[in-house]
Amino acid sequence: MPEKGMLPPVMVYGPGVRIWHWLNALAVVVLGVTGYFIGMPPPSVIGDTSTLYVMGWIRFYHLAFGYVFALLAIMRLWLVFVEGGVTLQLYVPAIWRRDWLDGFIRQIKWNLLMAKPLRYVGLNPLGSVTMLTMFVIPGAVMILTGFAMYAEVAGHDSWQYFLFGWLTMLFGNTLDLHLFHRLAMWVMMWFVMVHVYIAVREDILSRQTVISTMLSGERQFRD
Amino acid sequence: MSKHETFYEVIRQRGVSRREFLGFCAVMATMLGIGPKGVATVAHAMETKPRIPVLWLHGLECTCCSESFLRSGHPMASEIITSMISLDYDDTIMAAAGDQAEEIVHDIIRDYRGEYILAVEGNIPLANDGMACIVGGRPFHHQFDEAAEHAKAIIAWGTCASSGCVQAARPNPTQATPVHKLVSHVPVINVPGCPPIAEVMTGVLSYILTYDRLPELDHQLRPKMFYSQRVHDKCYRRAHFDAGQFVEAWDDDGARQGWCLYKMGCRGPTTYNACSSMGWNEGVSFPIKSGHGCIGCSEEGFWDRGPFYERLPDMHQWGIESNADKVAVVGASVLGGAVAVQAGATLVKRILTGKRLKGSADDAADETETPGNKK
Repeated sequence: MPEKGMLPPVMVYGPGVRIWHWLNALAVVVLGVTGYFIGMPPPSVIGDTSTLYVMGWIRFYHLAFGYVFALLAIMRLWLVFVEGGVTLQLYVPAIWRRDWLDGFIRQIKWNLLMAKPLRYVGLNPLGSVTMLTMFVIPGAVMILTGFAMYAEVAGHDSWQYFLFGWLTMLFGNTLDLHLFHRLAMWVMMWFVMVHVYIAVREDILSRQTVISTMLSGERQFRD
Repeated sequence: MSKHETFYEVIRQRGVSRREFLGFCAVMATMLGIGPKGVATVAHAMETKPRIPVLWLHGLECTCCSESFLRSGHPMASEIITSMISLDYDDTIMAAAGDQAEEIVHDIIRDYRGEYILAVEGNIPLANDGMACIVGGRPFHHQFDEAAEHAKAIIAWGTCASSGCVQAARPNPTQATPVHKLVSHVPVINVPGCPPIAEVMTGVLSYILTYDRLPELDHQLRPKMFYSQRVHDKCYRRAHFDAGQFVEAWDDDGARQGWCLYKMGCRGPTTYNACSSMGWNEGVSFPIKSGHGCIGCSEEGFWDRGPFYERLPDMHQWGIESNADKVAVVGASVLGGAVAVQAGATLVKRILTGKRLKGSADDAADETETPGNKK
């Protein structure tokens, strides 16, 4: 994007990516809350086991939204081919481009209040690296370790075990699966924290719309 | 000892009636899960097949596997299984000692080449030429290699032989190595547990004798019939887990009520073993039934996944008492701090530049080059 001047609004995110984003946000929140409680269950409930199913429901929502999250991940990959445009930036930062590193440094400087931000149609270089390392990769770890643990529940003759059982082999002790799953959860929580903050901040301070772009798909530029 | 003596002949000589013999076969068939027709198969095998010679070697171990094995719960099992498999060498329970005993090992390897079963209790230390475990004046490593080379199959008793157990816990100074990592041409069956359940041990042997083949194994070489379900899957306290009722302290009301020990670090959800379905000591009890969480003794590297009474294993990479959640709190604090600092700095900067801008309000046209300037 040019350094100066008024720019016309541009369509950045297609309807698919926008729907994906908000459904995914819902799934991450539900998974984060229920997942936290699976590792550290809430205080015990008094009553009879024949009527109580607290942990059961927590696990049900976690597993159900786990499937949603995994299907959404597949949908997002599919959208790269369907909607094109900037959708690939989530997975592949354009590091081969000469101005990428400059933009990356510029963006860091902007966050250190040392420079003015550049304007981007899609993700800025720092943003795309953050999304790759704190969302895409932990997300993949989540799906893999999640289904590997689900394979333990479903049994050794299930398709989950057939597809993801090799992970239990990789770790040996499946307690490590739980550990990596939980660590990835925290990375994801850090991401949510930073992502929401930066989105609000950029929306107010930067030279382009951010939050409304994910709602309408259209990015407007300021000078 | 004749090569052609069958198990049935041996126990008849010992005064066991045919009725008792068939009863034993029925129990075995049920335990192995091979259905009603299985009784006849077991009985036929016991009557016709020659006993399998077994060499039982002891490496770096504590003998808890032998102790468990000898307490096999079924009334006849301890005596019958030992005669059924022709346990020709087991230095812990045999009378012979010294050269006489070591000679038996050589004789079996020579006479039953490719036919005997090698049962190994404990693992093999490799560091310092195997000096951490000397048997018969030689490093155990040598004895093991000789016996393993011509065995029909190797049974790795216990977690030591299957995955290392306490000897192989970090930093593993003696370089204790599980059996399956040292053997390439001979099939290995892992029977983990510290110790394994007695009936699981006898069950594995009965299966091999009955079918003359090894039981179906999973990826970690464990017999599927005993190790394909987690302790958690069949735990009698599972209802409390699903209800969300947990013991919070060892002396609280939940502990008295027999609630789930998940929060007390129970490893049931990650441990593959038959404890919760078969029980110990003739099905009398098992750790969780006694009010103590499972410590996951049949899992690989369980000594390095402590503490036993915490849900999350320690992460020593980040300090002696850290775990995933504590690491996460530090990370969140750092990021939260960064966010607060940046937001605060931005605010301060805006206030300062705002004042400056007010001072030169006419220069509105040049605003674009002013950092932090907003519309």
